[in-house]
Amino acid sequence: MTTAPPRTPNSVPLAAQSRKPSRMPWRQQRVPFSARALSFIVMGVFALYSLVPIWWLVVTATKSSEDLFTTNPMWFSDFSLWGNITDVFQQQDGIFAVWAGNTVIYCVGGAAISTMLAAMAGYALGKYEFPGRKLVSNAILAAVLVPGVLFALPLYLMFSEISLVNTYWSVLLPSLVSPFGVFLASTYATQAIPNELLEAARIDGASEPRIFWRIGFPIMAPALVTVFLFQFVAIWGNYLLPVLMLNNDTLQPLSVGLVNWRERLSQGIPYNMTITGSLLTVVPLLIAFSVLQRYWRSDLTAGGVK
Amino acid sequence: MTAPTLSAQQSVQPGNTTIKPRKSRLSRKTRRAALLFLAPFMIMFLSMKVAPIFYAIYQSFFKTERTGLGFGESKSIFSGFENYLVAMQNSDFMASFGRVFLIGIVQVPLMLGIALVLALLLDSAFSPFKRSFRLIFFLPYAFPGVIAAIMWSFLYQPQIGPFSAWLSAIGIHVNFLTDSTVFFSIGNMMTWGFTGFNMLVIYSALQAVPGELTEAASLDGAGWWATSWHIKIPAVRPSIILTAVFSIIGTVQLYNDPAILAKVAPGISSTFTPIMAAREQSAANNYNLAAAESVILALVALVLSFGFLKFTQRKGADS
Repeated sequence: MTTAPPRTPNSVPLAAQSRKPSRMPWRQQRVPFSARALSFIVMGVFALYSLVPIWWLVVTATKSSEDLFTTNPMWFSDFSLWGNITDVFQQQDGIFAVWAGNTVIYCVGGAAISTMLAAMAGYALGKYEFPGRKLVSNAILAAVLVPGVLFALPLYLMFSEISLVNTYWSVLLPSLVSPFGVFLASTYATQAIPNELLEAARIDGASEPRIFWRIGFPIMAPALVTVFLFQFVAIWGNYLLPVLMLNNDTLQPLSVGLVNWRERLSQGIPYNMTITGSLLTVVPLLIAFSVLQRYWRSDLTAGGVK
Repeated sequence: MTAPTLSAQQSVQPGNTTIKPRKSRLSRKTRRAALLFLAPFMIMFLSMKVAPIFYAIYQSFFKTERTGLGFGESKSIFSGFENYLVAMQNSDFMASFGRVFLIGIVQVPLMLGIALVLALLLDSAFSPFKRSFRLIFFLPYAFPGVIAAIMWSFLYQPQIGPFSAWLSAIGIHVNFLTDSTVFFSIGNMMTWGFTGFNMLVIYSALQAVPGELTEAASLDGAGWWATSWHIKIPAVRPSIILTAVFSIIGTVQLYNDPAILAKVAPGISSTFTPIMAAREQSAANNYNLAAAESVILALVALVLSFGFLKFTQRKGADS
């Protein structure tokens, strides 16, 4: 019989039982086989639903463009993945690598700087008392509730006026602001950084920036990884912003570039270029996600509405 | 909804200045430090979030008038609420709200229902392979939305994706890209991408439900369903509300999925969702009207999410 996995990986089931008395009655009652089977079926069906498209993407990325239409969509035919990858990088004088570089600038650069700004602002809001703090907090909270995509068009109108469109800045500058990150950081700073520690450092004569850098920042680090991930995903997902701002192929991130490839069959971009390019884009992200999975602290966000 | 940040430390402030002069000097110094830490973010926040909104509001009250026969110089003149009236009377813009409402009213409850059931199953003691299932359910959320949309746009094509053939085999002949089926197709893309995230939010909350409660219930003979319905679901209400607000916001701002699916589905017009409609106006150089439509859209998103929060909070207080 499969027992519930203990919450901590290394503890033996007995220890887990004594720590979690709530789970005992279930185990002792001997849950009928049918309940476990039903649960397995429900979860299995949804797991298939989640996995089938991903499996299709992996399989299809290995096919030549002729086999794409003629072979079983869910199984391999001739294995031309390496040839496809070479083709992707050679298409339009290697523009795929340029898009990848742009994506790193926008997503990694934008998320890193916005996390830094959010850390400082969150620390200030969570650990200091100053006039107007409540006003600032409420403004940030309101901005959390208005999704970033809705700002794209007004930003485009504004940037057109000051001739900032079609530059790196037009996508990078809006990506530096993460109200949600400040909200997370301030919540975490309030809860996790003990005031006594800050007071002790002050009595020892440490300057405020030094206290932040040596005490506040390290304590906030786990929450800041979360902020980074959320902002990374948010920048990646805000497809409208670069679509509006950038006309120039060489400034675009992967998302915009691949969507453009999607509709250029008649201009000589075969479908399997778009499909293999998509897989190449997803793989590094999936690896990064599984490594950093424990930082997806959705319970941090749950505190906001309670 | 009071965020923890807003309520903490409020007792420190009064009387602070009168007790000790030394302390007040210190607090002035720390206050300066706080503003220093806050300044970089606030400068960016004001210029990239607040300024565009005010710019859009400002623009929405003007209209461009060209002298002569449209060849002469154009000038902006104040037009009051005219753009808002035009937007409200624009059938394309209004229809786009109808479409996202139609998608949202079906898709959001369905997705959250699935997410809740999966979270409850993952939280139960009897479900097998929980760790693997949790990872699999979360996998689609790690997919960037644009890549997922490109992928589904291929999957819906009968020559390339497997689904049409599978359904034909059991006698169902369906084209995923007709004018009426695109609603289902878009809803499915949203469900695939976001169920895992919502499940994880609810699951984290379930983990925090005190064990004594469920234990007492099962000692009283309550089964899995009764325990879930009477104890666990009420206990994780705030998280369910949170996922609902996120989902409502996500539906109002729907853009990526329909815009990308439109490349293969002629049934998806260029004004399919409100954002697409506003973008269309801006592409046609109707900047002032596009600004008005953006303002309306932001207001709708804000009213819907705040309204839903207030509504559920009042209901929670009554019961």
